[in-house]
Amino acid sequence: MYKSTANHLTYDFKTLGNLLAKASPPRSGDYLAGLAAANNLERVAAQWALADLPLKHFLTEAVVPYESDEVTRLIIDDHDLYAFDAISHLTVGDFRNWLLSDQATTAALSTIAKGLTPEMVAAVSKIMRIQDLILVAKKCRVITQFRNTIGLENRFSTRLQPNHPTDNPAGVAASILDGLLYGCGDAVIGINPASDNLEATSRLLYLLHDVIERYQIPTQACVLAHVTTTLKAIEQGAPVDLVFQSIAGTQKANDSFGINLNLLTEAHQAALELGRGPIGSNCMYFETGQGSALSANAHEGLDQQTCEVRAYAVARKFNPLLVNTVVGFIGPEYLYDGKQIMRAGLEDHFCGKLLGLPMGCDICYTNHAEADQDDMDLLLSSFAMAGGTFIMGVPGADDIMLNYQSTSFHDALYIRQVLGLRPAPEFEVWLQEHQIFNDHNQLRQNTEIPALFKPSLQRLKDMGQ
Amino acid sequence: MNTLKSSPTSQDPWQNLRQFTSARIALGRAGMSLPTQACLEFQLAHALARDAVHIPLDFSALSQRLETLWNPVQTLQSQAENQTMYLQRPDLGRLLNTEAIATLKKQTIQPIDAVIVIADGLSSKAITHHAEPFLRLLLPALQENAYQLAPLTLIKHGRVAIGDEVADHYNARLCITLIGERPGLSSPDSMGIYFTYQAKANFSTDANRNCISNIHDKGLRYEQALKKLLFLIHEAEKLKFSGVNLKDETTDIELDTLDSDNFLLT
Repeated sequence: MYKSTANHLTYDFKTLGNLLAKASPPRSGDYLAGLAAANNLERVAAQWALADLPLKHFLTEAVVPYESDEVTRLIIDDHDLYAFDAISHLTVGDFRNWLLSDQATTAALSTIAKGLTPEMVAAVSKIMRIQDLILVAKKCRVITQFRNTIGLENRFSTRLQPNHPTDNPAGVAASILDGLLYGCGDAVIGINPASDNLEATSRLLYLLHDVIERYQIPTQACVLAHVTTTLKAIEQGAPVDLVFQSIAGTQKANDSFGINLNLLTEAHQAALELGRGPIGSNCMYFETGQGSALSANAHEGLDQQTCEVRAYAVARKFNPLLVNTVVGFIGPEYLYDGKQIMRAGLEDHFCGKLLGLPMGCDICYTNHAEADQDDMDLLLSSFAMAGGTFIMGVPGADDIMLNYQSTSFHDALYIRQVLGLRPAPEFEVWLQEHQIFNDHNQLRQNTEIPALFKPSLQRLKDMGQ
Repeated sequence: MNTLKSSPTSQDPWQNLRQFTSARIALGRAGMSLPTQACLEFQLAHALARDAVHIPLDFSALSQRLETLWNPVQTLQSQAENQTMYLQRPDLGRLLNTEAIATLKKQTIQPIDAVIVIADGLSSKAITHHAEPFLRLLLPALQENAYQLAPLTLIKHGRVAIGDEVADHYNARLCITLIGERPGLSSPDSMGIYFTYQAKANFSTDANRNCISNIHDKGLRYEQALKKLLFLIHEAEKLKFSGVNLKDETTDIELDTLDSDNFLLT
């Protein structure tokens, strides 16, 4: 089944999991796990064998046992055979051809989404080049709503990420205002709390709620605390728009995050019951990233990209407003350099979109990785070309709490300018109304603070600050 | 003529917000992009942070400083032999090397409540700057509880989970690991503290730990970090576990007073 011959050498890859791992483009995490192809020839041989595999086969062999893993059970039990019908006759190689062809229209791609398993999607991505990943993802359309509309064509959203090392309210507020005045924050204003503490989380939830109310900003708020902390905050009556959680692609890895599907279901229900989204009910925000399962020693012998795509099955269950692959955060032991980070970001976006998710990307790197701003610019440019849903907006690209570099407010303006991408329509109206953007979707050349925020800053001046 | 010579960059008229955060706000712009000054300042900070990852920790100097606070102090090493290996093989950074295990085995075991592990991690500067002053506060607090402590254990090229092996060896209930966090552009010397109750080698996971991070001059102060840690210890002793189900519920009085100063909401 998993045999192929390349350059007179015959390879037998034995299991689907092993075949997927050996076919994976090189990255340090798979070497660390001892799963990567031994050399380039073995990798290509695996890619040939994978291309010949019928998509139907993925429905008969689980890469992690059904009995012991609830993510596998979710994938198998929720698989939609009716949606699968249109592509059920294809091999992985033919599936790639189909995706690139005119037959794979936006509508056709939406129709098959529920018929795809994460492993099928991971498999086809492994034999796709970067331009393929961009071209096909660009055809996918995933639209979600809460207080505004995310994912429309030629729109590009940003999460405003006003983190502060001690959650100081004025410090957080300063970064929020800086971001808003640069036109950022339509995906969400989302704070990573410095410590996972109910009291601090509630305080930040009220802060965001009050700012959004006071200035009537058509966006949503999120404090990225552990789901159990957010549940407690909801119990205490705190205003929660989006429930956040980091998720992974195996039950074991989710265990190590202190979560399971029941807990996520409970949190999803709790947020739905609050009913705070005036125009839509997508109320979950998930983050993922290649390597997270391996770092918890819970990868079940799978390569990190396959694990990652399995996490999207978890996300899909809860109709999230936003899913964010935090691609370079984990460090060089999983994604060594700019080249590996770039490919991983575009794979994640493609795989998520194909499965029907509103995929954003935290285009980022740490200071111990072999990467720099040039690498981020290349990934940002390709991600936006691929129709990426949202990126982060961090003041000056420097997150002073999480200690890594992401994308900045200026980066978002760069890509809007080059590709003519606009913010979510409701947010765009707000930006124009308050003289932040002009009619051409450009930041205005303001010599003064827009009237909406003038009184707040005037008071500071009066107080001699 | 005048327009041609006017400055191609514009300043943001909210410079005064910089007093509230060290985040890179109000940078101004050239067109829609970063002005040259801000762009080069970023490159400078990146260069410093990159270099910080590779500066080795002076273990003997640190050991001498710590001996004035506590005796004995021991220095062990993980299975990562050098910094390059440390960066690429996190699995090796979680395991003690054979010499370290031999050193531990030679010691006669007495009942121990707590171990304090200090690892260089990704920032030697963090440990050089913050380990000793923090321990100066922590050690007396632990002694007040009449805790029996293992030797202070310094670990070269250690990851967070290496504390489990040390705690396991001493059969200690409390494992407190101080470690250099990944250097940020604005904070190349940030220290983190991980606390694990009943840490067991090859068994404890991240879900069993509590983390207190961002301890540096512009971040969490030593007193705040200590308060959080003592709260976690106190609660873990009652609940008999640590990790995601143990929530840090300390209130910060300083933050309370600052709330009224939030200029966006007053």
